[in-house]
Amino acid sequence: MKSHWQILVVDDEEIMCESLAAWLREDGYAVDTASSGREAVEKSRLKDFAIYFVDLKMPGGMDGIETMMQIRKLRPEASIIIITAYATVDTAITAMKEGAQEYIVKPCNPEEISLLVNRIIKVKNLQRENTILRKKLTRQYSVHDVISKNPRMREIMDLASDVASLRSTVLIQGESGTGKELVARALHNAGDRAAKPFVAVSCAALAETLLESELFGHEKGSFTGANQQKHGKFEMADGGTIFLDEIGDISPKLQVDLLRVLQDRAFYRVGGTQEVRVDVRVVAATHVNLQQAVAEGRFRDDLFYRLNVIEIRIPPLRERREDIPLLATHFVERLAHELARNVNELSEGALRRLLDYNWPGNVRELENAVERAIVTCRGRILTEEDFGFLAQATATPAWSIPSGATIQDMEKALITVTIQRTQGNIKEAASVLGIDRSTLYEKIKRYEIPR
Amino acid sequence: MKYLYVGATEEVDRDAVAAVSQRVETEFGLPVRGMEIGSVDFAYDAGRGQYGSIPVLEMLLARCPADAAKLLAVTDRDLFIPVLTFVFGQAQLGGRVGVVSLARLRQEFYGLAANREVFLKRAYKEALHETGHLFGLVHCAERKCAMSLATTVRQIDLKDDAFCAPCAARLRRHPGGPNV
Repeated sequence: MKSHWQILVVDDEEIMCESLAAWLREDGYAVDTASSGREAVEKSRLKDFAIYFVDLKMPGGMDGIETMMQIRKLRPEASIIIITAYATVDTAITAMKEGAQEYIVKPCNPEEISLLVNRIIKVKNLQRENTILRKKLTRQYSVHDVISKNPRMREIMDLASDVASLRSTVLIQGESGTGKELVARALHNAGDRAAKPFVAVSCAALAETLLESELFGHEKGSFTGANQQKHGKFEMADGGTIFLDEIGDISPKLQVDLLRVLQDRAFYRVGGTQEVRVDVRVVAATHVNLQQAVAEGRFRDDLFYRLNVIEIRIPPLRERREDIPLLATHFVERLAHELARNVNELSEGALRRLLDYNWPGNVRELENAVERAIVTCRGRILTEEDFGFLAQATATPAWSIPSGATIQDMEKALITVTIQRTQGNIKEAASVLGIDRSTLYEKIKRYEIPR
Repeated sequence: MKYLYVGATEEVDRDAVAAVSQRVETEFGLPVRGMEIGSVDFAYDAGRGQYGSIPVLEMLLARCPADAAKLLAVTDRDLFIPVLTFVFGQAQLGGRVGVVSLARLRQEFYGLAANREVFLKRAYKEALHETGHLFGLVHCAERKCAMSLATTVRQIDLKDDAFCAPCAARLRRHPGGPNV
């Protein structure tokens, strides 16, 4: 697919620049132009162009070779083609030595340019496919793969980098679809356990007894069907990280077992009498409010404190709307490639619709919505209509103030909702409400708001 | 009512222009009107012995009639853009004006015996190609499609003088587009 690739044409002669750009646009590439080396370097800082056509002779103290060298510093993977009207063997050698992919003399044969560009794009497509496949194969996500410009998300990723090499247990809290597993994998990959296994277990998916044998393994004959010894996930993760997703859903008995593992780093296989010792870093995640579960007696407080050594709270997508365009564009690019569809853009209307939507399913829902739109869309640009299926859900439910409500009632309701949204984080709730923490505590006490 | 104008420069082979007009009218289903363009000598570049297609497009834009959906000029002059040795034609992508050169479509240009049939087929294909650009189509990967990129007459000869199904569908979806 051509349209993903952007080309920059750099020439001080406007007509050269524009004519080559127009010719390449007819071929379906997104083409930008720059009239000087300096402008080209600036543009390459902002955008990742796949191919640069750079004129050799340009005034203003920065010729084509110098421009190429600076661009290569910023974008080592870019392919640079030097064009010149005055070909000499010396300049050709210099250009190639400094890393030009090709050196062409203008005016050049259209066939030559067409073949050249096709050849470069073919290689780029293969490289890109290779990267995607490799990433998919190993699921080697790093902290840099988290797409966000939200300050809270940046803080989270900084924290993840800081604690990556510690053995301390991490509790990731966030709504469904916010990317808890991605953060867990990033955490694992950034630390010194990266070369060791990362084992993910969804605690909600299995019944209590099955989960127990899944986590700790079992001995031969320990129960019907256990016809051989089995190693559990904790053993498989030895030396690495175990990711316990939906930890809030585990039974009281398993909570006790887990507490023991966290305290002693040791456990017994189901039906076993021999203690198994492991060196495992535990990263747990939950979409339910564990503090509340503790308050209601559904979750052991001692286990909660053991898990909550380092707390990471991922904000839902609706609280970081600035990320929606970034993520949507990323998904369009990735999914269009995976689905082999020639779709490369989101219209303004489509973006508006995405920004208006509330995203209860968070990033996962956004990813699915983009996939659905790509599959059903008929053009190269995803339009508002392609996201028509979100329309019904976008309509916000009518909200009305109950008759007879007092200012105190409304204040209580507002504080309750805000605390729920920040999942009990008082500092954050106070900042959202625009009041002091002490004032908020006072109001919580006065209105007897559960935390 | 908007028309598809087909312009003829002063030196151009009139029979060829008439044949092209008819073919374009049938293919796009839009009413075609003829137009005299006059000379393109102002675009002559003595250094290259060719005519710049960009100044030609600028002139066409200035003279494009108000009732023109698009204006495609046909010339016998050999066209170029500064960075390339020649172009078979050029059009504003999704714009109003385009130009096709017949100069390199004749067998005689390559020292071969004249063949009117081959020449006219090439002219149809290039006219469809440039008009396709005017309706926003970019090059097509399907080698048989009129929108595939041809940089040699051999490649033009390999194309059909018609659009492939996806390109035809894109044309139909183009706002104010033709009935392909």
